[in-house]
Amino acid sequence: MDETISLVVFSGTDDKLQSMAVLTAGAAALGRPVKIFLQYWGLDAFRADRIMKDHGLAPEAGAAGRAAVDAANAAGGAHWADTLRMAKELGEVDIQACSLSMDILKLKAEDLDSLVDGVQGVAAFYVNAGEGQIIFI
Amino acid sequence: MSNLDIKLKVDASGLACPLPILRATQGIKTIAAGELMEIVATDPGSVKDMDAWSKATGHTMVEQSAGDGKFRFVLRHK
Repeated sequence: MDETISLVVFSGTDDKLQSMAVLTAGAAALGRPVKIFLQYWGLDAFRADRIMKDHGLAPEAGAAGRAAVDAANAAGGAHWADTLRMAKELGEVDIQACSLSMDILKLKAEDLDSLVDGVQGVAAFYVNAGEGQIIFI
Repeated sequence: MSNLDIKLKVDASGLACPLPILRATQGIKTIAAGELMEIVATDPGSVKDMDAWSKATGHTMVEQSAGDGKFRFVLRHK
């Protein structure tokens, strides 16, 4: 129960980012180190000027899904970025931006929210993941 | 009701997963070994979550109760 969990976050919609945040917070609360690797739209969502903005929902949500999520948010659900900040304070959570995606999206480190700890390539990601499980979001 | 000596009371009412276990993790850090923390939650999922958290972290679940839509957990810091 102290094996590292690694999450490759490719998706950038609020529902999938919420899923990332819940998986991260749960692992952190159980004492498991979490390593997050942000690619493509997941990385894009962590832009400092956009992180707290609306990232929409996956297509399968539809109108009914949108209504359900809006209701949950109105009832006081925490934003995924805030859940991540809490998880970072309580456990070992490392968030890295994929250097290839940084290139593709023409991003610089200073464009990203302070939640992101650095930029790395795929080899570093695999070495840090070690023998632990890898989840793709 | 019991008359345990609760060192810390955490109110996680109205909070949904993963917040109750985050609050538990935050809270347990502020008390010492052997001391008791009480958490109250309204999320039904918290019952299995707090049980799992207790088993994984080693902080024993001393008492558990439910009523009036609230779930109460008392845990001892290991």
